[in-house]
Amino acid sequence: MYVIIVGGGKVGLNLAKELLRDGHEVLLIEKNKNRWAMLERDLGEVVFLGDGCEMRTLQEVGCSRADVVVAVTGHDEDNLTICQLAKRKFNVPRTIARVNMPQNEYVLKALGVDDTICGTRIIYDLIKQEIEVDQVHHLATFKEGGLDIVEITVSEGSPVVGKSVKDINLPPRCLFLSLVRGNEFIVPTGDTMLESGDTIISLIDRQEVGRLRELLAPRGGK
Amino acid sequence: MKKAIIVGCGRVGSMVAQSLSQGGWDVAVIDKDPDAFRRLPEDFPGKRIAGIGIDMEALRSAGIEEADVVLALTNGDNTNAMVAQMARDIFKVPFVLARINDPLRADTYLELGIPTVCQTTIISNIILDKLPKGEY
Repeated sequence: MYVIIVGGGKVGLNLAKELLRDGHEVLLIEKNKNRWAMLERDLGEVVFLGDGCEMRTLQEVGCSRADVVVAVTGHDEDNLTICQLAKRKFNVPRTIARVNMPQNEYVLKALGVDDTICGTRIIYDLIKQEIEVDQVHHLATFKEGGLDIVEITVSEGSPVVGKSVKDINLPPRCLFLSLVRGNEFIVPTGDTMLESGDTIISLIDRQEVGRLRELLAPRGGK
Repeated sequence: MKKAIIVGCGRVGSMVAQSLSQGGWDVAVIDKDPDAFRRLPEDFPGKRIAGIGIDMEALRSAGIEEADVVLALTNGDNTNAMVAQMARDIFKVPFVLARINDPLRADTYLELGIPTVCQTTIISNIILDKLPKGEY
C-alpha cells in the first residue's frame, strides 16, 4: 500500500515508522524545515519538505497513486483541506483525518472525509467506561454496529440470583456468551440458573450496558 | 433585517463589517483574538464573539442558524474554506464566501461550489492593468 502522511509531529512520525515496519510504501510530508531535517535523519528519504495543503506538493509526491492519505497535523482546517484535495483532485480512495476538536469529528465527516480519529474522544470514552460502569469490564468494542462485549459479575443483591436465564428480563439486543462460575466454564442456555459471583460475558448494544449492569450488579448491592 | 456573520476581524473583515452595519445589516463578527475588535468603531452595534470560526459553538452563538450571509475573511485559507463549507453544508446558509490567498486552491474551492475571492489574483491583475499599455 502507498500511504501518504501529512504532518510530522509525534503522531505522524510514529505512524510512519509502524507502516514502514509492516512493509508499506510511506511518504511523510512536513512543512517546517527544522522538523523536516530532524525527521529525515530518523527516517531517511521518505520524508518530504512541503506544505501538504498545496496542490503542488501533493502532485510532487504522486498523490494520485496513493491508496490512503492520512492528515495528522494539529489543525482541523488543514486536515480537512488535505483530505478534500486528496479525494477530489487526486481520487484517493481513502482519506483519514485526525481531529483535534472533538465536535469537529461530525463536521469533517459531513464534509467528505472518510474517517476521523479524535484522541480526546478516545481517551474520554475510555475514562467514561472506567468511571460510569465500574462493575463492567469492557472486553471488546465494535465500532460498526454499536456493539460491545462486556464482563459483569452478578452481585449478591441482584434480582437475577436464583433465577434461570429465560426468566430474567434482559435488555434488548443482549446475548449471554459465556458464564464463569469458580473454575467452571458454562455456555449458558435458557435453563441455566444464575448465582451470585457468576461472571457473565455478554454481547450487547452499547446503549444497553447500563441497564444490564443495573440488572446483574445493581448500585447499592454488594 | 438581513443578518451577516463575518469570521476574521482583520483589516478586511473589520472594513466589511463596518460597511454592512452602516448599510443596515445585523452583523456579528468572530475573531480568535479579542484584541482584533479594536479595529471596529466603538459604536459598532453588532455582536463581537471571541472564538474560532471552525467551532460550531462560536458559529451558533453568532447566530448562524438565522444568518443570510457568512463571509470567511481570516488570513488562513484553510480556516476560511472550512468555515464556508460548514456554513453552507451544515447550517444551510444561503450565501457564503471564502477569502483564499492561494490561486490554485481558490480554483479548487470554486469547483466545490464555494464562491471564493482570491486577493492574489485580483491584486496582480490590478497592478498589471495599471502599467502603461504595451510596456510588459
